[in-house]
Amino acid sequence: MSWIKQLPKEVPLQSGTTSCVGCGAVLSLRLALRILGERTIMVIPASCSAIIQGGYPDTSFKIPVVNSAFASGAAVASGIVSALRIRGIENVNVVVWAGDGGTADIGLQALSGAANRQENMIYMCYDNEGYMNTGVQESGTTPFGAWTTNAPKGKILFKKDIPLIMMEHNVPYIATVNVSYPQDFIAKLKKAQSCHGFKYIHVYSPCPPGWRISANQTTRIGRLAVETGIWPLLEIENGKLRLTGPSQRILEEGKRTPIETYLQAQERFRKITPENIKSLEDWIEQSWKRYAALQKCTG
Amino acid sequence: MKKAFMTGNYAAAYAVKLADVKMVAAYPITPQTSVIEKISEFVASGEMQAEYIKVESEHSAMSCCIGASTAGVRTFTATSSQGLLYMHEMLHWASGSRLPIVMVNVNRALAPPWTIWTDQNDSISQRDTGWIQFYCEDNQDILDTVLQAYKIAEDQRVLLPAMVCYDGFELSHTSMPVEVPDKRDVDSFLPPYNTANALIGLEHPTTVGSLVNPDLYMEFRFLIQQAMENTKHVAEEVAEDYSWRFNRNYSGQVECYKCKGAEVVIVSMGALSSEAKEAVDRLRKEKLAVGAVKIKLFRPFPKEKIREFGSRLKAFVIVDRNVSFGMEGALFTEIKSSLYSLDEKPKVLGFVAGLGGRDIRVRDIVKMVRKAYDAMANSKKFPDEEWIGLRGEKL
Repeated sequence: MSWIKQLPKEVPLQSGTTSCVGCGAVLSLRLALRILGERTIMVIPASCSAIIQGGYPDTSFKIPVVNSAFASGAAVASGIVSALRIRGIENVNVVVWAGDGGTADIGLQALSGAANRQENMIYMCYDNEGYMNTGVQESGTTPFGAWTTNAPKGKILFKKDIPLIMMEHNVPYIATVNVSYPQDFIAKLKKAQSCHGFKYIHVYSPCPPGWRISANQTTRIGRLAVETGIWPLLEIENGKLRLTGPSQRILEEGKRTPIETYLQAQERFRKITPENIKSLEDWIEQSWKRYAALQKCTG
Repeated sequence: MKKAFMTGNYAAAYAVKLADVKMVAAYPITPQTSVIEKISEFVASGEMQAEYIKVESEHSAMSCCIGASTAGVRTFTATSSQGLLYMHEMLHWASGSRLPIVMVNVNRALAPPWTIWTDQNDSISQRDTGWIQFYCEDNQDILDTVLQAYKIAEDQRVLLPAMVCYDGFELSHTSMPVEVPDKRDVDSFLPPYNTANALIGLEHPTTVGSLVNPDLYMEFRFLIQQAMENTKHVAEEVAEDYSWRFNRNYSGQVECYKCKGAEVVIVSMGALSSEAKEAVDRLRKEKLAVGAVKIKLFRPFPKEKIREFGSRLKAFVIVDRNVSFGMEGALFTEIKSSLYSLDEKPKVLGFVAGLGGRDIRVRDIVKMVRKAYDAMANSKKFPDEEWIGLRGEKL
């Protein structure tokens, strides 16, 4: 475990935040900030993370944080990047820390614009697969079949693949990470930090109250997500897609754990029918075929 | 100081260059577009040391300005009509963050039906966003107001965003002579941006815009209201300073034309104020004691000034190039409201005219004034408000 010891001890986030117990987003945020360090400016559009800062005049962050309106994360960050360049302030990570609604739905336009302009920032989407801050509603990244308060019978649409949408923006670095695999997480974020231009990191973020799981299940669910293939770990470096570590090992069909293991561990999938499980399985297989093909043709 | 022949949009662009704006983020929309085209030429040629971010929407244009202003640089954007409406959310965000962003809004009527011609409903519908609003009469006024807007917005007693509005096409695309001040003189009027205005810094990290509860929220709003009140005298100070430096004759909130000894004044905003002056000249020839008042500063509203006039006038004739549906023209409401505390109230007549670019002729304004005289002579009950220039109307 020497890699853990190599990480800086200082985390620019207080030991206490006002998040829910077992929040996957805060676990990821803590790890991310430990890597990013103090010379980081974070833009946070409307999301749970607006709450976990704590109320004014207190804050759990030890770095500058700019709250922004829901749709504007990547655009506000673009302005900050520009201002720092104008003022000659160098070696600062400008990071957007947005939820999946602020990224895949209402924030997609600003995200696409900033990526297209190759703004020098790291955009991190912590994907808890729904509008959790407003009380668990369906978003573009909610998985097929999952219950939400406005999808009482389960979602009937499939999850939007934001990393692949970002791939079409020709940005230098894109990755998916999962805090249950911290080594992979750290390596990818460090890589993002080292390259110039627009970087996109999609963060798997279990939400105990929204997914109806116990607070002590966060990292276990994270591992199941990777083992079953519903959350592939990948990176796209200068257009070359590569499945990383644990996901690379299960590339061949049959090596992935059946999806039921993942679904049964979460109350949000309690009402999913056998037919829908089959549909979800097919969708996962399709996605993997696409990743395998992309890995082959871009690698 | 040199004189050049230019459109209103170019006058705005020259002002932005003279103001040493460092970050411009904008999205195209008619009739604003030639402002940012000209600025992009200045940036491309190196005449202007600035970054120009070609954003994907007006919402992002204002968001970029907010980000850059938060990090301590002077910013600018320009828009019109639908674009201004699309920014609406971020307009509140800019004023709530107390960022001295300056923007130009080239007034254009709202769709549907689609139109590109002028009226003031776009900016009037943003009056409660906490932005200072100026309205310009001609192209010289545009250049001078943009420069003054930065000085006012960045004043430590103010720290609010400011919107400079002027009529689409009537000013934006009409060329007239404009005196362009020397850069050196502008520099001494408007010093480089004070980076202490930045809301964030790495040395003393802060979290901005975070959550508050009912025990704190109201005070933030009260501070904005106080800053708006301060804006009135800061605008007067700045107008006086600017006039002295650049040989102009500006006042900060309202401008009067032949108001001395007047018993009736015509109140208007924007390019229409020139027509109002002509109407005054025509009526003065008939020995009617008429003057004109141009509202330069619509937010904060110069209610004290209006009260001063109100105490010595018989009637106000208000020309609104906008309407608040279900009520009346916005200026009409504001003027009546300002006069309410007077014991002896003058008559106030409201007219809605010129929506969607319909021409407002001098004779239309003359007609409005005659209606005021008729009403005074016959002590008739004044009609609430009239629409002037509708099709089929008898003149």
